[in-house]
Amino acid sequence: MREQILSIIEKNSRIDLHELAVILGMEEADVVNEMEQMEKEGIICGYHTLIDWEKTSVEKVNALIEVRVTPQRGKGFDSIAERIYKYPEVHAVYLISGGYDLLVSLEGKTLKEVSNFVSDKLSTLETVISTATHFILKKYKDHGTVLDKKQSDERMQVTP
Amino acid sequence: MRNPLSKTIVEIKPSGIRKYFDIVSEMNDPDVISLGVGEPDFETPWHIRDEGIYSLEKGRTFYTANAGLLELREEINRYLNRRFALNYDPKDGILVTVGGSEAIDIALRAMVDPGDEVIIPQPSYVSYEPCAVLAGAKPVIIELKNENQFRLTAAELEAAVTDKTKVLILPFPNNPTGAIMERKDLEEIAKVIEKHDLFVLSDEIYAELCYTEKHISIANIPGMWERTILINGFSKSYAMTGWRLGYACGPKQIIEQMYKIHQFCIMCAPTTSQYAAIDALKNGDADVQMMRDSYNQRRRYLVNAFQEMGLECFEPFGAFYIFPCVKQFGMTSDEFASRLLHEEKLAVVPGNAFGDSGEGFLRISYAYSLEKLKVAIERLRRFVERLQPK
Repeated sequence: MREQILSIIEKNSRIDLHELAVILGMEEADVVNEMEQMEKEGIICGYHTLIDWEKTSVEKVNALIEVRVTPQRGKGFDSIAERIYKYPEVHAVYLISGGYDLLVSLEGKTLKEVSNFVSDKLSTLETVISTATHFILKKYKDHGTVLDKKQSDERMQVTP
Repeated sequence: MRNPLSKTIVEIKPSGIRKYFDIVSEMNDPDVISLGVGEPDFETPWHIRDEGIYSLEKGRTFYTANAGLLELREEINRYLNRRFALNYDPKDGILVTVGGSEAIDIALRAMVDPGDEVIIPQPSYVSYEPCAVLAGAKPVIIELKNENQFRLTAAELEAAVTDKTKVLILPFPNNPTGAIMERKDLEEIAKVIEKHDLFVLSDEIYAELCYTEKHISIANIPGMWERTILINGFSKSYAMTGWRLGYACGPKQIIEQMYKIHQFCIMCAPTTSQYAAIDALKNGDADVQMMRDSYNQRRRYLVNAFQEMGLECFEPFGAFYIFPCVKQFGMTSDEFASRLLHEEKLAVVPGNAFGDSGEGFLRISYAYSLEKLKVAIERLRRFVERLQPK
């Protein structure tokens, strides 16, 4: 039941709860309870909106930064990750297997702002060994959604 | 000049769907929403399309074996075994066809002689009756009943059998009603089939779209495998309508005669589609599940919406159609559908397009996103409220 609720609201968090209950064949009160419970348990962490900022007049610059760090005794990567994710301009931080340790997703207003953050804030952290910054030029698909998808129904209107 | 035409073909009526299609397309109104489509709204899953593309890149552009690629027939057998506990010999018990439609045609041609009777329960898919006529048989219609949830009962079957009856067409899960046959229903009719030594053409193209319990084939009922040609395909389960790929399975004795017709008329099913279909069967189970869940959500939505607006309707357990009754409004299916189209710009298919017993009903397809269904149902609700002022 949880899985079904999650898979629907992951795609459409604005769905009407009554409707959600109907399409899952559940009682509305049960759906509401289950969702509140999952919020408490931290399974549902938020109800965000996917925005294609490119289509607005707001200028934004996104970058992905590979960071190599020295893990700290007793704390591993967690405390350095925390140092990094506390910056509000940091959108996401992932611990990565392979050639580097942390992947940091960053959002700034200008190229300069992002590069300043990397050179002033990130690189100067004691445990950071090196960084490599990749600016995002275009987003094609984000959170499983194709951003420029044309909605059209290719089917004939009436078929047997 | 003599009349160039065959009397048989001239006497066959064009499909009632076609008539309705013409009405809708003549309106040519971009505001019209249609719930009249008999095919999935999903695009074919990308990994399946990718295999089709890859086969073209590799230059696999030739005929295949008449019966279809052996690897595909082997996968079909594995799939039927895994999903429905059925076994067919990939070498001489499975024939890959151009959609389920071809399989219906050649199965009938392989099984009937002029004068034989073919029993067709209706409402059902539009091609059974003309295909039976083209095969030289006499179609005998069973009018399925709303009070039986449009299932076929043993009594109805018994009443339709004569000493000329040869084949029963069994179209479940059903287009247009969404009806299914459960095991006990099948066991009941199996007795009649055995008693009168009939054969079954079981069109199970919607087998994957059952929402309450897993689909059971008549071929699963003891004594029936030997008498059954099972038809299935890729169109509905894998959203592959345009690929034109289906298959027929059955005893070698019947399949080898169907094979002859197929060999002379078709040669082989489209090669690209066959390669793509192998991937569908190997790696497509999750896609089928995702689509089934999605249809089921829409199904629940519609059942609930019809209850709320007081539109009489039995709960359909299969396919992607719902079949509400509009007799309470004192209109024929055609009148209701036509007024709904012109007044609310919502296209649905009148039930009588699928046989006389569909009169008084509408076929509403839920092969549409919930967002689209919501807009459509709002229009239907407005229309119904105008017809029955509170």
